[in-house]
Amino acid sequence: MINTFLSCIHFNPHCFFCVQEKVICLGFSTSGLLALKITAVTLTMTKLLEWVFGIMIVGAAWALVTFDLLDLRLPEAYRQVAWPMPVYLLVVFGCYSLATVGYRVATFNDCEEASIELQAQIQEAKEDLRRKGLKL
Amino acid sequence: MASRKCSQQSRGDGDKYSVLLPTYNERENLPLIVWLLVKYFGESGYNYEIIVIDDGSPDGTLEVAKQLQKIYGEDKILLRPREKKLGLGTAYIHGIKHATGNFVFIMDADLSHHVTYLSPRKQREGRYDLVSGTRYIGDGGVYGWDLRRKLISRGANYVTQVLLRPGASDLTGSFRLYKKEVLESLVERCVSKGYVFQMEMIVRARQLNYTIGEVPISFVDRVYGESKLGGNEIVSFLKGLLTLFATT
Repeated sequence: MINTFLSCIHFNPHCFFCVQEKVICLGFSTSGLLALKITAVTLTMTKLLEWVFGIMIVGAAWALVTFDLLDLRLPEAYRQVAWPMPVYLLVVFGCYSLATVGYRVATFNDCEEASIELQAQIQEAKEDLRRKGLKL
Repeated sequence: MASRKCSQQSRGDGDKYSVLLPTYNERENLPLIVWLLVKYFGESGYNYEIIVIDDGSPDGTLEVAKQLQKIYGEDKILLRPREKKLGLGTAYIHGIKHATGNFVFIMDADLSHHVTYLSPRKQREGRYDLVSGTRYIGDGGVYGWDLRRKLISRGANYVTQVLLRPGASDLTGSFRLYKKEVLESLVERCVSKGYVFQMEMIVRARQLNYTIGEVPISFVDRVYGESKLGGNEIVSFLKGLLTLFATT
């Protein structure tokens, strides 16, 4: 990876864009390794760390394919599919969330019988307690 | 071991259920909930006791509790009051110290939790460390909520599920059955307040690999009309949720 990094600077001096993305990818991997180290030290991974780790891995993979950081020369089709993926996945997640919450609100049970039963029990309780000598 | 067989069938298998009732200004509801508990446990034959932890209620809840103690007996109704309102976590700790049962029920004293759902059966079936009443699955549900309240409830629960993946469907519910030692170990680890306290209990239970069972319950909200869920509560809920997210 260091070699391709150096070769990029050497042979493509105009390719400032790809240098930037290589730096970002390096950044991802170092922070990923840092997170691993923190995890190893603490032995338990908080949910936040799990998310950060997951996002970094996915982000690195995405940057790898989209910006061709390892000069894998993947077919153009891969790039075209990968490039809008983050936004696309966010939109899909948003729609799924709305649909799920909407469905759950719509099917939220209304416990009419429980309320009626409770009212009857309250009446019974009040009378019985009065008989037993409770003074309110 | 002395046993008072005041019911038709007495299950002499040694399990005793302590019901913790933290109260604050529940003068009207306390007699009703105690009556329901006595009736249900009496019919079911399980051995039980009710521990009333009153936080210095100004409306005379403690006096009513004393009358109930005279009616039902000091072995069934235990009074362990405190000077002032000190919070739910400490109320549980206080209650556990005086509990002689090996299982502990926690529930609200305002009749929102339906006593008939309070069944040891699920715990016995699965030998669970904790059984949580859930409003969100199966027959579980709510009475007395409008669309706005339902939306907030389901929305908040969804966010919690996505962020914390807790393995339980209802995290903010407070109608639960714990093994006594499980409740002890969880309460001493929890640091949050309010809604988030109940959430943290379940999250910590997961961390410690306790088994969690779920039972659908009906939640009858009779106070919602008086106390709407305001912006402040939502903000503090989100803050608590993010804290749990970052620290567990």
